[in-house]
Formats: sequence, C-alpha cells, structure tokens
Amino acid sequence: MKVSYKWLKDYVDVSGFSAQELAEKLTRGGIEVDGVEARNQGVTGVVVGYVKSKEKHPDADKLNVCQVDVGTGEELQIVCGARNVDAGQHVPVATVGAKLPGGLAIKRAKLRGVESQGMICSAKELGINDKLLPKEQQDGILVLPQGLKLGTPIADVLGLDDEILDLDLTPNRSDALSMLGVAYEIAALTGGSVKLPEFQIPASSAKAEDHISVQISSPEQCSHYAARYIKGIKLAPSPQWMQNRLIAAGVRPISNIVDITNYVMLEYGQPLHAFDADKVAGGKIDVRLAREGETLETLDGQLRKLEPHMLVITDGTQPIALAGVMGGANSEVSEDTVNILLESAHFDGGTVRKTSRQFGLRSEASIRFEKEVDPAVVLKALERAASLIAEYADGHIAEGVVAAGSEAIKSVQISVSRERINRYLGTELSGLEIKTIFGRLNVEYEEPQPDSYVVRAPSRRGDITRDVDIIEEIARLYGYDNIPTTPIEGATTPGALTASQAIRRQIRNRLTDAGLHEVISYSFTSPERTSLFPAISGNAVPVRLSMPMSEDRSVLRTSILPNLLDIAAYNRNRKNENIAIFEAGSVFLTDEAELTRQPHERQKLAALLTGSRRHPQWNVKAEAVDFYDIKGVLEAVIELLGLSGKVNLQAAAPEQMHPGRTAAILLDTPRGSETIGYIGQLHPDTQRELDLADTYVFELNLEALYEAADSSIVYRALPRFPASTRDIAVVIDRKQETGSLKTAIVETAGELLESVEVFDIYTGERLGADKKSVALSLVYRHAERTLTDEEVTELHAKVVERLEQSFHAELRK
Amino acid sequence: MKERLEALRQEALEELKQVADPGVLNDLRIKYLGKKGALTEILRGMGSLSNEERPIIGQVGNEVRAAIEAVISEKQELFIRQETENRLRAETIDVTLPGTKTAAGAVHPLNKVVQEIEDIFIGMGYTVAEGPEVETDYYNFEALNLPKNHPARDMQDSFYITDEILMRTQTSPVQIRTMKAMNGKTPVKIICPGKVYRRDDDDATHSFQFNQIEGLVIDKNIRMSDLKGTLLQFVQQIFGEQTQIRLRPSFFPFTEPSAEVDVTCVQCGGHGCRMCKQSGWLEILGCGMVHPRVLEMGGYDPNEVSGFAFGMGVERIALLKYGIDDIRHFYTNDLRFLSQFARM
Repeated sequence: MKVSYKWLKDYVDVSGFSAQELAEKLTRGGIEVDGVEARNQGVTGVVVGYVKSKEKHPDADKLNVCQVDVGTGEELQIVCGARNVDAGQHVPVATVGAKLPGGLAIKRAKLRGVESQGMICSAKELGINDKLLPKEQQDGILVLPQGLKLGTPIADVLGLDDEILDLDLTPNRSDALSMLGVAYEIAALTGGSVKLPEFQIPASSAKAEDHISVQISSPEQCSHYAARYIKGIKLAPSPQWMQNRLIAAGVRPISNIVDITNYVMLEYGQPLHAFDADKVAGGKIDVRLAREGETLETLDGQLRKLEPHMLVITDGTQPIALAGVMGGANSEVSEDTVNILLESAHFDGGTVRKTSRQFGLRSEASIRFEKEVDPAVVLKALERAASLIAEYADGHIAEGVVAAGSEAIKSVQISVSRERINRYLGTELSGLEIKTIFGRLNVEYEEPQPDSYVVRAPSRRGDITRDVDIIEEIARLYGYDNIPTTPIEGATTPGALTASQAIRRQIRNRLTDAGLHEVISYSFTSPERTSLFPAISGNAVPVRLSMPMSEDRSVLRTSILPNLLDIAAYNRNRKNENIAIFEAGSVFLTDEAELTRQPHERQKLAALLTGSRRHPQWNVKAEAVDFYDIKGVLEAVIELLGLSGKVNLQAAAPEQMHPGRTAAILLDTPRGSETIGYIGQLHPDTQRELDLADTYVFELNLEALYEAADSSIVYRALPRFPASTRDIAVVIDRKQETGSLKTAIVETAGELLESVEVFDIYTGERLGADKKSVALSLVYRHAERTLTDEEVTELHAKVVERLEQSFHAELRK
Repeated sequence: MKERLEALRQEALEELKQVADPGVLNDLRIKYLGKKGALTEILRGMGSLSNEERPIIGQVGNEVRAAIEAVISEKQELFIRQETENRLRAETIDVTLPGTKTAAGAVHPLNKVVQEIEDIFIGMGYTVAEGPEVETDYYNFEALNLPKNHPARDMQDSFYITDEILMRTQTSPVQIRTMKAMNGKTPVKIICPGKVYRRDDDDATHSFQFNQIEGLVIDKNIRMSDLKGTLLQFVQQIFGEQTQIRLRPSFFPFTEPSAEVDVTCVQCGGHGCRMCKQSGWLEILGCGMVHPRVLEMGGYDPNEVSGFAFGMGVERIALLKYGIDDIRHFYTNDLRFLSQFARM
C-alpha cells in the first residue's frame, strides 16, 4: 500500500511528524514502512505554459518551433521534438535555469540554428511513473488540463510536493489497505483523532428501485450487495487532484467514473464497480455461483471459462462480472455510457481468492476482498462514490439504495483482565494505562468489575478475535521496548542432544579430523541423477515435485552420492583437484508411484576421495588415493562407534561401480547380517563421463549405525608376560582374499593368538601371474605366564598346516 | 735416564702438536704410552737404578706420562668439539620452509553455526528436536493456525508433491509434533534445526533450500518478558556481550503477539553503516507468544499454560557472523570456501 503523506492530512493531524518520522512510528508500531519516497525527484523551475502557436522547424523535419506563454508577459520560443505538441495546449515548461530529475539543468540553446528558451517536458522527464499514464501521454509531452493558471509551478499542479510511504503489510492488517485505516493507526500511535470525509447526496425525484433490482442467490459467498442508480453521467477525465492522488497510490487514472470507484476504494478499502446500467438487461442484478459451461469476457479482453465455485454478478441470465475480481466487457462503462449502476458489496474472501488465483488475476479489488473488507463500509463507500460522481461526472443520483443481504457485522466481545494482560506480557500496567490504550485504539469497552474488561473490537479490525489479540494491541501501543527482560521461572531442565544427534556430531568431527570437508547439497535433483546408483538407493521410486522450478531440480534425492560427484566435478573444474568430502543428510525413499503418505526419510552418510592422498608440497609427493584410503575413512567411523568386529566388507559389483574394487558394507545385527551400504571406486566409464580422476566413495545408512553404536569402554589389563612374534610369508592364489586367511588363522590358533596383521603383499613374475605372496605377522601371548618356545612353535606349525590345507599355500623361505 | 725421559717428552709433545686427525692421535698414544710404547720402554730400565735414583726417576716418568696424557685428552676434546660443530653446520636447515601438513577438514559453516546455536540453548536447558523434511499440509500449515485458503499462506510459496504432502516451508511442524508427543506435559523446551524449502529464485540473498532453527517453550506462566530475556541471552552469546535487541510488532499466524527482532549491527556496533542501512540494527529473527489455537492443536489448554516460540534463518546468521556476501557459496561447496572454516 502506497500512502500519500499529503492525502493523509485529510483524515488525521500529522502536523507534528515528518513523513520519515511517521514511517518510523508506523514501523515501530507494527506496520513496516519499506521506504519513503519524495514524489518530486528534483524538479524546479518548471511551470504551466500555454502553446500559442506551433510551426515547423525550417531545417529539421521532426522539430517544431513553439511560441509559449508562461504567464510572465513575455513569449518564449521553444523548440520541441514531441509529435503530440500542438497549439492550444497547456503544457509543463522547463524555463531557463530549471532543474529536472537527474540534475539536468535547462539552458538557453540553439537547435539546428533556432533559438530555444526552455523545454516542454514529458511526464518521464518530470520523474513521474509514466506507466500509469495513457499511451499518448507516455510517448510525447505531458498535456495538462485546460484552464490552469499560467506560470503555476508544475509541482503544485501534479501534487509533487508530497512524499509516499510504502507500507509492507502483513496479512492480518488488511485494515491498512485504506487511507482511513492508516489514519486510524496513526491516530492510535500519535494520540490524534480521525476525521471522516464529509459529503452529501442531493435529493432526487427519480427512484432507483424503478430502474434496478438486486438479488443474492448465493448468500454464503455474498452477505451484502448494495447498488445505486446514477443517471446522465458525462464520461471525462477526472480532476487533476484526483489523478495525482491515484498516481501517488500507484493506480492508473482512466476516466472520472472508474477513477472515483478507485479513489473511494483507496479511501475506505471497499472495492466498488460501475456497470453501464443500460447494458444490464432489465437493470437486474443476481449474485450467484457460476454454472458449468458459462464464460465471461473480462475487462482485460480475456475470455474466461467459469467454474461452479466462482461467484459471478449476472443480469439474471448471463454473467456480467467476476465478483470482486474484475468486471465483464459486456457491461463496461464506455464513451457512450449515460446511466450507471454502482455496486458496493461484501464478497467472501476465500471465494474471491480462489478465483483470482486460478485465473492469475490479482486486482486491487481482489487483494482487498480476499483479506476481508470491513463489512461496515459497504454503504458508506457507496454513498461517498455516488456523491463524487454527482460532483465530477454530472451524475444525477436516483433516490434510494437498492440492496440485498445486510451488513453482517460480527460483534466480537472479548473479556480480558488486567491481571491476565500483565501475566502474559510480564508487565505491571495500571488500569489507567490500559484504558488509555483502549481509547487510542478507538475500541469500545466496559469494565463490569474493576480491572476486568469486555472489549468490542471495531469491525475494521477483523483480525481481533481473542484476548491475546487485545493483549498484542496493548503491547504494541505500550511499546515492545518497554516490556521488561526476565529469566524464565519454574523448574530447570537438563539440556542435551539425543543419542543419534550426538553420534552424528562425533562422526562429523572424526571425518573432519581425518581431513575431509563437510558439504551440504540440495535435496532436489534430476531424475537421471536418482537412477545413477540403483543398488545404493535401493531401487526407490524418486518422489517428484508437482511444480518443480526446473527439470534439474524436479525430484527428491534417493542417494547423496550423485551430489558428491557433482561437487567433485565442480571443484575439479576450478583446479581444486585433491578432494576429500562427506555429507550426512536425508534421502527420500518410497515405493509408491503416487504418494499417499510421506516418503521414508533415511539419514545417510556419504564420502568421496579423489586426487592426491595428501596435499603435495616440497617434501610430500602427490600420491593418488586408492581403495584403502576410503576404506580407512570408513574404518575410522566404524572404530569410533565401537563396531570394529561387527562390520565386514564383501566384494560386490553394483552398477556404475568398478566391479573389481567395490564391496558391500555388512553389519552384524541381532537380526543377522545386513547390507548397510557400499564402498568402492567409481566405474571408469562413469569417471570419464563426469570427467573425474580415479574416485573412491562410500554411502551407508546412518540409522543402522546409530542403532548398533556401542559407547561402552571396558578396560583390558595390560599384558604382564612377554609375547612371541612369528612372521610368515605364504604364496597363494592371487584372487584369494587375505580376509579369509586371517579368519582361518584366528580359528586355528585360538585364544593364544593376540593379533595377526598383514604386513606385505608381493606379486611378481617369479611367483607366476596368478599368485601372490602374503606376509603376516602373528603375535602369541599367554595372559598368565610366559609361553615356551616349543609351545609357540607347535601352535605356529598348526597354523601353517591349516594354510597349506585350506589355501594350498606354499611357505616362502 | 732422566735425559732420555725429558727428550721423550720433548719429542712427544712436539709430535702431538702437529696432529690433526683422531686416528693419528690414537696411534701416537699407543706409540708413547702403550704397553709396548716408548715410555714403558725407557722405564723398563729402572731396575738398574740405585735406590736413591729410583723414586726420582719414577716421579719424572710419571710427570712425562701426565704431560703427554694431558695433551692427548686436550686434543681429543678438541676433535669431539670440532666434529660436533661440523655436524651442526652440516645439519642446518631452512626453518622458513612450510611444515608437513596434518589433515584438517572443516565442518560446513552452516552446521558450524547450527552446532554453536544448539550448544547455547542446550546450556539453557533445551533439547534438540528434529522432524521430517517432507511434511503433511496439516503439520506444516493447518496445525499452525494456517487453514487452507488463508491469505497468510501467500507469505511462503511452497513446493507441493501432492495436495496434502509438501516440502516443509518451516521447521515449525516439529513444534507441533513435539507438543503432541509430550501429551500435555510441561515444561517443553526445545530447539528445532533443519532444512526447509520455499519456492524462491536463487540469488545472493535467497535460496530455495535453506536452514532454520526454531525454539519453543511451553510452561505455566511463560511471559513475553521471558521471551525477551531468552533472546537477549542468546544474541549476547552468539554475537557478543555488547549486543542489544529491539522488538518490532509483526505478524505470524502461529504467534500472538508476534515480533520481529533486530540486533545491534554486528559490523558497526550500532553506529550505522552500509550493512545495516545506517539504522544500526539488523533483523535476524521472528518470535512471539504461541497462539492459543496452536497450543490447543498441540494438546494444551491455553488457559493453563502459555509459551513462546522464535525462529531464525541459519544462513542469515552465518552470513552476518562470517561476513559472507553470497548465500550460494553455502551450496556450491567450493573447497576454497569450505576450507576457510577449518578452525575454531
């Protein structure tokens, strides 16, 4: 809502406050003022002039030489290039020495050899938003109405000595969508009072009911419809002062009739509509819901297909307006209009809102109706507009208002006590302070018992329905800054993260300690991306947004990995080639093609490594990461959660992954062994497609880890007796996994084996292409005594024998 | 014999003076003082001396030995000192070369801020509650006093999946879910961090996906002054002790009274600068007293209990805290950006 500071003065005394101060007061009171703009963008020395004559420039086709009277007694010769300039016009003239917006100074000049003593201005040159002006006024100079006193400063004529407050209204304050509503607010904030417009309806012998009738067939959507019949109007431009005010408010002036309906809408907040009464068959108005198959051409020339939830104004047979949204072309006021039917009605907000949304038609009227208009102003606004039409369009108002329905003013009575107010706010307001605020708010109240109030909310404030609404009004007028600052009373509570939140944080810290950067990516992705790793996303159906902003962001992610690949590619393109990143976040899984319930949200952890293992520098060589780096990252997480013995890798070959360098991650649970994720290298084809170097990733289900995590630490006594270490190297089949070797050794050696570690792997021609040598270090120890050499040798021999039998291992000498 | 001993001393000292090598020094020690050395050789002839002469010559012999030993050990020390010096000279390095880097990743700046805010409120006795990012219309809007077709729904443009299921536009549904789970018990003291989604064209200050943190307190006799006290304590912890707050009346469907909260500008300290448009204040959160309708829908009797709620955008706080100029950095994840946050 754009509010003219000057116009406001018609309704409330603001003399003590500049526009800027008023803006600050409104903002601090709860109606945010986005900005205050001077209408005069720097115009001085521009006055009203009269073009006495126009002649062609002798040397330029497109220029005219005008003789202009600016009331100084001396004629000015001005060269003007506008096509619409003509003798007999009143125009804005920038005289020599004048200034225009942007700092342009007008000087005496010669144009193609002809002297020019000033400039005839267009609206744009005067800093006016010419989009609100008729086309012909935009293209050329601004033609002013006849009869203006020559030499009058243009700022006075166009109302430029004004400032506009741009209100950013919250949805509850639709009362401030009118000048009077803003005036009431200012009165409450400043302690002033509101002055209502004064007008009268001249008596008439004609009776409206002889010409028009009104019927409401859909009372739920329209509680009140009032109309006036006005005869013999003369369509013309509205007076300049009214046009100035409309432009200040951002409304386009059109004609006196339309401008008056808009003017009164801005004044009272009540949208009005004028029909050409002679185009309303039988003068009959029937307000009803549209019927299947009905259409209406609206004022913007669009043919609208109507639906049965839409409210229309009809002449008893066909629709002539879309109630509260836009009028119909078939009943539009035009040049030939003589008699009008003026409508003021109360339409249901939800109905108007639905229709306007469906057609994408948001008019000044629909914006007001959908936020509920004060039902008490239907008749006042009708009378005000009728009186203005009589005054500025020579209309003759027929006697009487023809109406159906009634002012359905909900009289909301709210009980609230001083004690309740103070307890809710933490204040110590006295009864006098509270009653003073009621007075400023202009609300009626009773005090049946001391310090207990029954408040009647004014009808213009439809947002006040409960005691807390009254308390808010008191709080904001008392001033939020004056409310004290207190600590919460009552029992203290222990604050904490939940177990899984704490684990997630620890994982995050462990991974950053290991050198990985945490990333956060979008939950929206493309369908192609979601199908990239079907095994990892469990073949989930991606959930699709009903109206995505783009196809690239049209479905919910089913896996985090594709996002990490994009982030890696993005960084590589910027020469960040050593990448170690992870993300913990939700993926969205469903098996429904059409959602009937929320999808499953699963917390996943994904990590990616590519480039060099360590940042290369003068003493560190670049070394490409490999599978064991990503596995080390995974193991760090697993160890952190106390799950070292419970997680195993099993070679696997899901799509898009390197079939020889990928594994399923298995977790032992009370339900058995479960696959909780995958780890491995991207398939070389996928790497090529995404322009990535060798890239290693994992993604796993975090919830499974939260459930299994074991935070109990049980101390083991440090060994008191020495250990015996035996190293052994065996040649086995190259495909044989060392994991099974270790398992066999543990099984065979029993509890005297403290540990077994692989310390070397060797392959070479000497061994044969299908063989490898695995070197293992075995540590034997007894908890209670020192093992003898013979005992160890005997046990170790069994281990060797087992390896020979189970794996055809040959002992390397 | 005495003359021979003196001559030996003369000769030995002369020869030792020339020694520049530890090996040669050792050879000379053996040559003069060894079991078969020159000194022993001379002293072997002591048996033929008279009883008077013997102690005299013996003393001279000892003196000669001591003199030679003293020079040898002096030389030895010199050689050790020289060797150490040589070693130190050889081992001198360029201390200005960079140290070998240890691995250091960074928690994402948004999560860094979330963790910090969580910790502040945990210290004030709050627990952290989370909820689904895909919500029902009921939890996201209706239970928050935003019935269908309510004009206030225009404040947030949503990503719907079906008519009834959408991406949450705020973390407030977690408040309703928590209230229902509490089953009427008090006190409730939670904060709810999480991702939210609103239809918005991405630019330097807007992102269709962003993070919120909301707080909710419900108990008997919760007052608006408690809300102010809580927020003041919070902003002073996160932005510094000199920070003040200013509340402006506003509107949210789920609170009444409602307020927008400004804090002292983090850049100029309230004197006025470009960041705060010369006002000295920065808007950072919205808050209010929980609307009685919301309490009712959460299973509480508004005549028995009251509560307050507040909410803030994590990105906004992070932008202010770190002086970041473009919200999109948070989601492009450029390593040159992320690595700046690998520190306290």
